[in-house]
Amino acid sequence: MKILIVDDFSTMRRIIKNLLRDLGFTNTDEADDGNTALPMLRSGKYDFLVTDWNMPGMSGFDLLKAVRADDNLKNLPVLMVTAEAKRDQIVAAAQAGVNGYVVKPFTAAVLKEKIEKIFERIQ
Amino acid sequence: MSDNKENHQGLDPEVVEKLRQQSSELTESINSGNHARAMSVINDLSEVRDQSLYREVGRLTRSLHEAIRNFQIDPRSAEQKEALSKMSDASDRLAYVVQMTGQAANRTMDLVEESMPVAHTMRDEASALHEEWQRLRRREMAPAEFRELYGRIDRFLAALTTDSDMLYNNLSEILLAQDFQDLTGQVIQKVTALVKEMEENLLGLVVMASHVDQLTGTVHQLDEREESAEQGVGPQIKAQEREDVVSGQDDVDDLLSSLGF
Repeated sequence: MKILIVDDFSTMRRIIKNLLRDLGFTNTDEADDGNTALPMLRSGKYDFLVTDWNMPGMSGFDLLKAVRADDNLKNLPVLMVTAEAKRDQIVAAAQAGVNGYVVKPFTAAVLKEKIEKIFERIQ
Repeated sequence: MSDNKENHQGLDPEVVEKLRQQSSELTESINSGNHARAMSVINDLSEVRDQSLYREVGRLTRSLHEAIRNFQIDPRSAEQKEALSKMSDASDRLAYVVQMTGQAANRTMDLVEESMPVAHTMRDEASALHEEWQRLRRREMAPAEFRELYGRIDRFLAALTTDSDMLYNNLSEILLAQDFQDLTGQVIQKVTALVKEMEENLLGLVVMASHVDQLTGTVHQLDEREESAEQGVGPQIKAQEREDVVSGQDDVDDLLSSLGF
């Protein structure tokens, strides 16, 4: 299971990386915005994408849309972990095909639950 | 004139009085067919308007200078140029907050990442020893195995002392890493005070400028600016008081399940 973590703050990437490791996912890579993430996703054979929304360069929402529009990536499960808390945004993310949505600040238990739920649905 | 103050808010009372006098004179002149007189009244009227306008523009300019001086961004003297303006000082201060909080977060995570495997190893060894100990108590252990266990317990107890010391030290360093809150708190309070001061100064300028608008009869068409949420707007403050914002993960889950998730 290879996971890409996308967030512009290195501390948040580190927190998510640590929580994922505790859940048994040790094969993770990091990117700091959509522009860096997209080429990695296209060449790197990732199984799961965890992304923030608000980032300089390409936002997580645009990254999600780009992933869904790409024939090779459109089935990639995407979990959004973000401080964006407007109802409209959550609806927009759902309509764009997000698989899970976690609002910051979050707990390890919430992240675990959402990830497990996504994998349950895939299997 | 205070009774209909709302209609000419900001205009000088004498200007309003002149407007009133001359407008009735204008109506009279037109009604009585004295068109030359009417044109001259219109001239007088526009003169009143121009003079008030110059006066207001003068006031606005003075206020602007005053405001700029208050912000300390007027680079008129070399001394002022040298001194950091409050504005760039505020950005520097906020950059310092970002730097301090980042450092503290990384320091804390370094220590946590260092401690976690230690706690993990401790737990694994304790649980393995416990199993062996149970076997010993049930007298299922051969003498050679017991000698091995004997040594293992000895090593475990020694390691336990150094490992607990290390965990204790890491925890107290994590505690110390939170000292940024004191410093960043002070800095943020200073910047907040500056923002408030600027807001008041700007408000004063806006009021001044609105006097000029009234004299020239300018009406601004201000388009409501819709903040695009597509690029992200960041954390929501006072989420509990707002209808369009979720107040936590439970809200998100409810919303998503209402959409059929």
